[in-house]
Amino acid sequence: MDGTPYLLDGANWDWAAPGSIPHLLLAHLGYTALSVLVGFLVAFPIGLLIGHTGRGSFLAINAGNVGRSLPTLGLLSLLVVYLSGRGILPVIIALVVLVVPPILTSTYAGLRSVDPSAVDAARGMGMSPAQVLFRVELPMALPVVFGGLRAAVLQVVATATVAAYVGLSGLGRLLVDGLALNDYGRMVAGAVVVAVLAVGLDLLLGLVQRYVVSPGLTGRGLSRARGPRSVAESGAHPERELAPSKGTS
Amino acid sequence: MNEIWTYLQQNQSAVLDALGQHVVLAVLPLLIGVVLALPVGYLGVRFGWLYHPILNVSGLIYSIPSLAVFVALPYVLGTKILSPVNIVVALALYTVALMARTVADGLRSVDPTLTEAATAMGYRRTRRLWEVELPLAAPVILAGVRVAAVSNISLVSVGALLGVGGLGALFTRGFQLFYTAPIIVGIVLSIALAAVADLLIVWLQRAVTPWTRAVKEA
Repeated sequence: MDGTPYLLDGANWDWAAPGSIPHLLLAHLGYTALSVLVGFLVAFPIGLLIGHTGRGSFLAINAGNVGRSLPTLGLLSLLVVYLSGRGILPVIIALVVLVVPPILTSTYAGLRSVDPSAVDAARGMGMSPAQVLFRVELPMALPVVFGGLRAAVLQVVATATVAAYVGLSGLGRLLVDGLALNDYGRMVAGAVVVAVLAVGLDLLLGLVQRYVVSPGLTGRGLSRARGPRSVAESGAHPERELAPSKGTS
Repeated sequence: MNEIWTYLQQNQSAVLDALGQHVVLAVLPLLIGVVLALPVGYLGVRFGWLYHPILNVSGLIYSIPSLAVFVALPYVLGTKILSPVNIVVALALYTVALMARTVADGLRSVDPTLTEAATAMGYRRTRRLWEVELPLAAPVILAGVRVAAVSNISLVSVGALLGVGGLGALFTRGFQLFYTAPIIVGIVLSIALAAVADLLIVWLQRAVTPWTRAVKEA
């Protein structure tokens, strides 16, 4: 690496220059946000339905394996050729396909991991099925659901780099252009920014999770109170049941 | 369909070469990674204070995008960017990150009364580990190996962006020629490879843990 490293060169951070790091970062976040949102809207309701009723669990269990084995680069190439372009549509479809399995599987697994006696108690108190789902099952399933969401976001942030391969923007541009120009410093810069973004988003979601998940489940705030042992303290880790998965990027 | 058969007939050797390279690039790091993860996971159980650091570090490694690792490794290792060694090292790293936790969790899931019984029968630590704890942890560990194998197989093709990627080469070729046949062949073979690997590991698990079935049948 000669001269100023790509990342530290102020010109590469210039907002006025198209194709500078902030532009690429924004585009990358845009692809990520849009595909996670669409994927969530598709997978979450289906996961709730399957987890609540217990019907179709075969679909939820196997979605994860199929999703893991589908090569995103292949799917994206196929979509671009098949749809002959169409802007960001092929990328978003390919990334949504990546988001759906972990969220579907984790929503299902989360609802299944809820203590049946808690559901029985809620029914016995006269809660309607919707109340049981949204006020008992879902809050208790949240740690596992978050696990799936975080896995999905990690995969999408990593995989959105392939957008550059089909001529779109995003941080993958640094990798693809760097490779084409034999500019190794640029490729390393791209690798570093993507990795930092992935880790940063995961930490952010971890923070959100801390504040969204009920303290009754995490044991937070119980350290001084000498109450009954919480789920976390008693050594049960519902999120363990979900195997982590790695995106195709 | 005809188009795909024609493509396969005309490019038989290229497709087989890509498939062969894909298998090597996925299986080699899987084996290396699992062998390295066993001692790391064991350390996390033997020295309890290491468990959470191992978990955090492996989570961090796992969150780094593979394309980024493929690109950064030549700088660290001094290899050429087109060298397959980068892919093998990167995927081995992910396998260790995934499996270290699984091995630790598997060993921790062994019923303490069983290890105590083994100790009482005169098993020393090493023999107890090989003959009692590892076999009992095998279902959990092999479940992790299934995940690692399938994700490795799918990750290899990303290497095609850098010029070494087994079946991924079919994707880039199809994209450059704007021709769907090689892409479809690549996707189908990649999924089939993942399915075969998955079935092989399930079969291995049934073979090495016959007692899990005996309990279910009883």
